[in-house]
Amino acid sequence: MKLKKQDTFFICGLLAGSLLFGSALALGRTDGETVVVRVSGEMVAEFSQNRDTVYRIEGVNGEINVLTIQDGEVWLEDANCPDQLCVHQGHIRHAGESIICLPHEVVIAIEGNTEVRSTLDIVAS
Amino acid sequence: MTKTKHLVEYGMLAAVAMVLSYLETLIPAFFAVPGMKLGLTNLVVLTALYRMGARPAIAINFVRIILTSMLFGTAVSLWYSLAGGLLSGAVMIALKQTGKFQPLTVSIAGGVAHNVGQIAVAMLLMQTTAIAWYLLALWVSGIAAGAVIGLLGSWLIDRLPKTEGGMA
Repeated sequence: MKLKKQDTFFICGLLAGSLLFGSALALGRTDGETVVVRVSGEMVAEFSQNRDTVYRIEGVNGEINVLTIQDGEVWLEDANCPDQLCVHQGHIRHAGESIICLPHEVVIAIEGNTEVRSTLDIVAS
Repeated sequence: MTKTKHLVEYGMLAAVAMVLSYLETLIPAFFAVPGMKLGLTNLVVLTALYRMGARPAIAINFVRIILTSMLFGTAVSLWYSLAGGLLSGAVMIALKQTGKFQPLTVSIAGGVAHNVGQIAVAMLLMQTTAIAWYLLALWVSGIAAGAVIGLLGSWLIDRLPKTEGGMA
């Protein structure tokens, strides 16, 4: 197999796209203020990121994810989903970051000030 | 090729694709980012695309997605698989049809398209834009996985005996 010029261009373009996207995300990153919990798109709880909290999230069909907030770090301590991917996603702390449990349709998102949040909601709806 | 031979060939390839799908679920390779995977099935789709054409590739992929979701998945995972599989299939066919790109490039574009499709469905289903970071991670992993599959696929496409109308 021999790559032609257009192949190289195309692949480099895809790589460059990821770099651009990554730097745009990294530049726009700020510490968050609010931790928002959504189940199936509906907001079920909201916490200050600065107050330590442990909260049992009831996902779809009554499934459980345990949310922990400590020293500004947010993570899922435990979950009864089969894959445990959400627990393995680790800790988040910046605005715009999130932890997702697909089987329970649970989304934990850190949001910045209210201005940012209202814009996000407009985009999402 | 008779109709029966075609039927057998489609069935065999769909079966191979399903087995690869299943094998992949046994490899918990990447815990860090959910959805990150090698896409072994795409090896079958890529090879079918080059050896048999666009329609068989779509058909085999579609059958594989429906059956694997019924056997191992959930109603939700079906939508993710469909979005990823169909978008990546469409992109690969379009790129191949231009006649300008090597299988490796086609496969890489397919890998990225697959992950973009899944993220798009996730954004729709969960009504959130907060998953932009996953898109970045899955974009990069799509390139890497597409490259591995593309290299294997190119090798396979070159070495399979060329027979009229099919690959069996």
